[in-house]
Amino acid sequence: MNYTNLVKIATNALKRNKFRAILTMLGIIIGVGSVIGMLSIGEGSKQSIQQEMSSMGTNMIFVMPGSQRRGGVMMGNSDAQSLTLSDVEKLRKEALHISAISPQVSSSGQAVNGNKNWPTSIYGVNAEYLSIRKYELEDGRMFTDQEIKSLAKVCLVGQTVIENLFDPNIDPIGQTIRFKGIPLKIIGVLKEKGQNGMGMDQDDLMIAPYTSVQRRMLAITHIQSIYASAVSEDQSEQAIDEIESILRREHKLKDGQTNDFQVRSQAEMVETFSSISDMLTMLLGAIAGISLLVGGIGIMNIMFVSVTERTKEIGLRMSVGGRGIDILMQFLIEAVMLSIAGGLIGVLFGLLISYVATSLLNFPMVVMTQAILLSFLVCSVIGIFFGWYPARKASNLNPIDALRHE
Amino acid sequence: MKNAIIKVSQLKKDYHVGEMTVHALRGIDMEIYEGDFAAIMGTSGSGKSTMLNVLGCLDQPTGGQYMLDGVDMGKLNKNQLAGLRNNKLGFIFQSYNLLPRTTALENVELPLYYNSKVKAKERRERAIHALEQVGLADRMNHMPNQLSGGQQQRVAIARSLVNDPVVILADEATGNLDTRTSYEIMELFQNLNDKGKTIVFVTHEADIARFMKRNIIFRDGRIQREIQVTDRFNARKLIDALPTEDDYQS
Repeated sequence: MNYTNLVKIATNALKRNKFRAILTMLGIIIGVGSVIGMLSIGEGSKQSIQQEMSSMGTNMIFVMPGSQRRGGVMMGNSDAQSLTLSDVEKLRKEALHISAISPQVSSSGQAVNGNKNWPTSIYGVNAEYLSIRKYELEDGRMFTDQEIKSLAKVCLVGQTVIENLFDPNIDPIGQTIRFKGIPLKIIGVLKEKGQNGMGMDQDDLMIAPYTSVQRRMLAITHIQSIYASAVSEDQSEQAIDEIESILRREHKLKDGQTNDFQVRSQAEMVETFSSISDMLTMLLGAIAGISLLVGGIGIMNIMFVSVTERTKEIGLRMSVGGRGIDILMQFLIEAVMLSIAGGLIGVLFGLLISYVATSLLNFPMVVMTQAILLSFLVCSVIGIFFGWYPARKASNLNPIDALRHE
Repeated sequence: MKNAIIKVSQLKKDYHVGEMTVHALRGIDMEIYEGDFAAIMGTSGSGKSTMLNVLGCLDQPTGGQYMLDGVDMGKLNKNQLAGLRNNKLGFIFQSYNLLPRTTALENVELPLYYNSKVKAKERRERAIHALEQVGLADRMNHMPNQLSGGQQQRVAIARSLVNDPVVILADEATGNLDTRTSYEIMELFQNLNDKGKTIVFVTHEADIARFMKRNIIFRDGRIQREIQVTDRFNARKLIDALPTEDDYQS
């Protein structure tokens, strides 16, 4: 039998039944497309979280006061006043694996400018804070050590605060805003940073010398937390150990006593989040697997039904001299053409889904080659098998039995 | 001496339906000669259609011998039988069995697609010629559902002719058609037979059988008797005798 004839027979048969061909392909298109789309969204969200995390500074370490025991009573974390400025100084002098360190005290309240006001938070820190938190200056300058010593009434502000307190055409540098009744002169504006991985606005903040916040606003002597940068991300672990041992010594904790502080690193957070997003990817993968299964069953059904209902046609083709192998090859060629065309359209459809979804959700678009190959392969194999199997059954019949098939 | 194209001896066909065995053919001895025009007649269940299916290699006999054009069909495998159906046999069905949504021309071309010796150009020419023979040259690009029953049967006849078979087998080919159309189809068969085609025609209608040269009458899977038709109908004359203005004039 010559193959040009068979290919012609198969293409004619497909052309005659365009609607059936399209329906058959639809199963494959949806199967392939949904798998690619799902996995791409999952992978995209994972990478987006990772990017987000590293933009917050992957080598950042922060120390919070921990629970402590006073005469057998466990105290809550927020009441703890275990961190002091001298801790910061000791760490700065002794810890080898940290490159920058800043105390932090914070307060929330209304920022007021003329007749406008906005609820925000003010962070009292030192000059190293910007590099630790990966903030950058858009305009103006950071405060100086001299200003820290003198409890200067100066501040830096984030974009959200500016938008809400100033008209767009006014340069905020040099303006004075009031926070908790204290007038603060704006000396710098922070670059926009957007939302973080948890949807928090990272531009809704004010930064001031820690001394000013600590004494003028809060009237406290302890500090609320310490931010530091490890020399590199790899050295976060050593930096954490170092900080722990220095603080235990400074806090005069005996062996066996629990820490009255907690040290956390951004690297740990990244791990936590990527394990969450790994779960997300697995979940989406499971959904994709199920849609592949459902798609596969759909392909199986329509292929099986459409070939079985053509048993009579098979009988006729055999009665005019088609051999079993000719019939089989015809249906195989049809199934291959449908599966490949459907698979290719499915890939495009899947890429379109991922493109639309990722641009709506602001994820990076990730094209997963394995997902494309896997779904394409599974759908094609199912399509080809269930196009071939009923055709083989029919072509093994006596022509007259195939002709009489209802 | 007449040359036997088909020679069957002690041909048997049993069907197994559950526990029961149905003997459709109980030992048939029969010969069909070159240029023959034979009717296989009989009531429902007499085995006439089974006989035709076996003759057409669409079904396998359970026993006995079947020689077609000097070839013992019992010794051929499925693929060889398919080749034989393609080269030597033309089959016409009661229900036409045309491919739907396929033009008359493509339907007639179908057997030639399975003959690798025939190139595309020759395939088309032969199909056109076959359609001309059955008087449908002007309907070549019509789909089956755009044709009347008689026209569809003509397409089927053209399909059976296109591979120039040694024998044409027709199974109740006029069974679905009205009297006038049946006569027109019979005229076509008579013309083909006059040109030398060997035709075996299964029917249960006595008047249709009278268009043929001889009638072989089946009963309960056996040949009951055989008649040489002496007063043959001439289809052309009968058609001319039909009322021309009113089909239902009494």
